[in-house]
Amino acid sequence: MQLHRVGWSEDNRVTPLLFIISVATLSFIGGFVGSLLGLGGGIIVVPVLTLLMHIDIRLTIGASIVSVIATSSGAAAAYVRDHLANIRVAMFLELGTASGAITGAYLAGIIQPRWLYILFGVVLSYSAVAMYRGRHTAKRHVVPGPLARRLRLASSYYDDAANGEIVYQPVRPGLGLVLMYIAGAASGLLGIGSGALKVPAMDLAMELPIKVSTATSNFMIGVTAAASAGIYFSRGQIDPFIAAPVAIGVLAGAFVGSHTLGRIDSHAIRAIFVVVLLIVAAEMLFKGVRW
Amino acid sequence: MVTVEPASRPEPRWVDIAISNLLRGGVILSITIVIIGLGVTFAHHRDYFQSRPALGELTRPGEHYPSSVQDALRGVLALRGQSIVMLGLLILIATPVGRVTFSIVVFLIEHDRMYAIVTTVVLLLLLLSFVLGATE
Repeated sequence: MQLHRVGWSEDNRVTPLLFIISVATLSFIGGFVGSLLGLGGGIIVVPVLTLLMHIDIRLTIGASIVSVIATSSGAAAAYVRDHLANIRVAMFLELGTASGAITGAYLAGIIQPRWLYILFGVVLSYSAVAMYRGRHTAKRHVVPGPLARRLRLASSYYDDAANGEIVYQPVRPGLGLVLMYIAGAASGLLGIGSGALKVPAMDLAMELPIKVSTATSNFMIGVTAAASAGIYFSRGQIDPFIAAPVAIGVLAGAFVGSHTLGRIDSHAIRAIFVVVLLIVAAEMLFKGVRW
Repeated sequence: MVTVEPASRPEPRWVDIAISNLLRGGVILSITIVIIGLGVTFAHHRDYFQSRPALGELTRPGEHYPSSVQDALRGVLALRGQSIVMLGLLILIATPVGRVTFSIVVFLIEHDRMYAIVTTVVLLLLLLSFVLGATE
């Protein structure tokens, strides 16, 4: 039996104008959530376009990469100014994501995605549990090593929710770099937004405050996405009529989100991030098992 | 145990503000052009306000939009709405790359050789991944 579902783009009642308005409105939510969690908005934009609008998956990927860039640039403008994003941490770790992305693109034809989905599903589930427990339960003083000191990564930001200046010293930058390389390779291989891997790496390995992790992830994701976007553009996967409302909605959402993050309690951000991470992990495990 | 924090200051204010302004400028410029392009599209195709079958055509992969910079620019000169939108999207895509390039200059002005080198390597890796991907 063939089940034919009528998507929005084929529905006779939906005019191009209504399409633009609805996609922009739903993308606003993607930009808002993405900018708070450092994820890039794809988690909302992809299901909206594929499941609700029945857009071709190739064009959905093109629109999703535009949404990552829009979230990143839109939110980072505020995060850099407010010191929530740590520029040095970002620049150093981009060495890992950029080289990982190249490796990932090369391995794409060699490795079976099925096992990668399962592997990263497990890794993300573990990260979610570890982040939920919170590293603060085992408060040890990790002395920053010579690399961490040489990179001068320490910084501070004013936390509106806690009403005070938060001073922090990132540790284990070497481990962070290796994890970013893996995150970059995973996004190259699976086409997933690597924010889901970047934030746990910064949180668990480098012990950054959670808001600094999500804001710095936001700052970073646009750079790797820009290289992919250029490739998708030349392959004709960026349809302006789909990408335009996504970009407009996501930018507006990211603007509001980036001016909200400072005022939200850190524990709340951590809790929301853990829930979203579990959903992404479950989705990957499902894809891997069903492959 | 007392850990002594190494003396380390955050970036000077002007660095943050310069990078923030570059991102903000890129975003505002691109989104303005995208909105103008959408306006032109709807002005040329009044039927998009109520036409039903047009949406299917607009949201399918095809020839109705440009996929190279030359095509996009040619379309902009011909005042084609879709091409104007694409120009805005291309500026949005170029903004993070512009941010990395601009950061190299900022670090050089600050005499921060280590981060100027780190950022240059990142830019080269980005260009490499684009070239490798585009020639696939």
